[in-house]
Amino acid sequence: MLAVTGVSRSFGGVYAVRDVSLAVAEGELCAIIGPNGAGKSTLFNLVTGHLAADHGEIAFLGHRVDRLAPHRRARLGMSIVFQGARVFRAMTVRENVMVGMHGRTRSGFVSAALRLPRHRRDEREIGREADAALARVGLAEWAGRPADRLPIGQQRALQLARALCARPRLLLLDEPASGLRGHERERLAALVEELRADGLTILLIEHDVGFVTRLADRVVVLDLGRVIADGPPAEIREDPLVLAAYLGQAS
Amino acid sequence: MSAFLTYLLNGLAVGCAIALIASGLVAIHRVTGVVNFAQGTFAVVAGLCTSSLLGLGVPHGVSEAAAVLLAGVAGLLTGLAAIGRPGTTPLSSLIITLGVGVLAYAVEIVLWGDQPRSAPGLAGSVTIAGARIQTQHLLVIAVTAATFVLLALFFGRTYLGKALTACASNPYAARVVGIDTRRMGLLAFALGGLLGGLAGVLITPLRPISFDTDVTLIVNAFAAAVFGALTRPVVALGGALLLGVAETMAAGYGYGSHQLEVALGLMLVVMIVQASRRSAIHEEAV
Repeated sequence: MLAVTGVSRSFGGVYAVRDVSLAVAEGELCAIIGPNGAGKSTLFNLVTGHLAADHGEIAFLGHRVDRLAPHRRARLGMSIVFQGARVFRAMTVRENVMVGMHGRTRSGFVSAALRLPRHRRDEREIGREADAALARVGLAEWAGRPADRLPIGQQRALQLARALCARPRLLLLDEPASGLRGHERERLAALVEELRADGLTILLIEHDVGFVTRLADRVVVLDLGRVIADGPPAEIREDPLVLAAYLGQAS
Repeated sequence: MSAFLTYLLNGLAVGCAIALIASGLVAIHRVTGVVNFAQGTFAVVAGLCTSSLLGLGVPHGVSEAAAVLLAGVAGLLTGLAAIGRPGTTPLSSLIITLGVGVLAYAVEIVLWGDQPRSAPGLAGSVTIAGARIQTQHLLVIAVTAATFVLLALFFGRTYLGKALTACASNPYAARVVGIDTRRMGLLAFALGGLLGGLAGVLITPLRPISFDTDVTLIVNAFAAAVFGALTRPVVALGGALLLGVAETMAAGYGYGSHQLEVALGLMLVVMIVQASRRSAIHEEAV
C-alpha cells in the first residue's frame, strides 16, 4: 500500500533521514519508533508531503506521490492525526469534522444559502457521518462546543474523527499517545485496535515503546536517520542494536 | 439638524464603500496572510471600466456587472502573481501586490488617460426627515448591506465558506483534510477583486475616479481593516463607517481640504484607546 524506497532528506548538510526504505502492507499496523532525533518526524512529514525528499521514491496505492502536494495525497486516501493541536478554531467540533467532507457534496452557494432540499439532504448525510465518527471517538456530547476549548486529548480524538470521515485507505498517526493521561491512553489504544480490526491500514509514529509493541504487527526502528531494525514486536524487543540505541540514549 | 443628517447618511455611504474594500482586504489576509495593497486598484479598474462602458452606450446594470466581474478577474490575476508560486512568503506577496498596483497605473493611464472620470448613477434624491440625500447614496448603503448579508451566509453556511475559514484558521490542517489552500487563496483574491470592484462601481457616480484614486481608497480601507485586526470583518465594517462619517462631517463643517487627516486622526485615537484598554485587561489577567 505504501512503499518508501531509498528516501533521504538533509538539513544544512546533516541527514535527518538517510536512505530509508520501508513498506506497509494492506491491513497492517506498522509502527515507526526510535529515540529523540532519530528522524521519525522528518520521515512522517516526507510521507505526508509537508517536506520534500532530496532523494528516493514514495509510492502510495501504486502511484508515485513524492512530488504531490499534501492535499493531493490526502485526497488519494491518506488521513493524518497530528501530535499538536491542529483543529480549526472558531468552529464547533462537529463543523471541524464536516469541513473535511466538503469536497464530496455538490450543492452550490444558492442552495446552501437558501437551505434548498438538495443542500439539506447533503448536510444531513454528512452530519450523520460526522456524528457517527464523533460517537466512535467518544466526543458525541461535545459536538456543539468550540473546538479550541477541548483539552488536548480530546482535540486529538477530534482529529481522529476528522481523519476517519475522509474514509482513508491509510491512517497516519504522529505520536498519538503523547501528552495523554493513563486512561486516555488506554482508550486510544483500544480505538486503534478496533480500527485495525476493521481492516484499516495504519502507520504509527511513536516514542513510547510500550504503547507500540502491544498494538503493532510490525515495528520499524529508526536511529540517526537510518532503519536499524524491521520486524514483529517480539523480535524487535530482543534486537541488540535496538537495545543499544535506546540504552545509549538513556545513558 | 437636517444638514447633520445629510452628512451622516452621506458619510455612511462613503463608509460603506470603504467597508467593501476593507472586507476584501480582510478576506484575503485571513485566508492567505497577505496584505493586498492592490485592493484599491480593483475599485479603480471597475470604476473606470463602468464609465467607459456606459459611455459606449451599454445599459446600466450590464455595465456595472461587467465592471465588477472584470475586477474579480483582476483580483484573480493579482492572486496568481502574488501567491501562485508555492512557497512565496506573505511578505514577498505583499511586495508583489504593491508592484501590481504600480503596474496597474501604467495600464490604466494607457487605457483611460490620467484625467478623472465619472459615471452617471441613480439620479434624483429623496428627503428623509428634512434631509436631502442622493438616491445613489442610499443605493450604496443598500448594496453594501446586502453584500455583507451574502458574505455572512457564504462563510457561515456553505462548505466553500467553511473551507475558506478552515484555511484562515489552520492552513496546515486544512491541507491535511484535502483542502487545496492555494486554490482557496486564489478564491479569496477573486472575492477581494469582486468586493473592490463593487465599491468602485458604487462610488464612481459620487466622486470621479482617476488612476491614482486607489491611494485614498486603500489608506481608508487599510485603516478600517487594521481596526478589525485584519481578521474581523464586522469590526472592520464599524471602523469603515466611522471613517466615512468622520470624513464627511469634516468636509461638511468646513475642513474639506483636511478630511482624510481628520478621519485618520480620529481612527488613531480610537485605536490607541482600544489598545490601552486591551493591555490593561491583559495585565490584570496576568
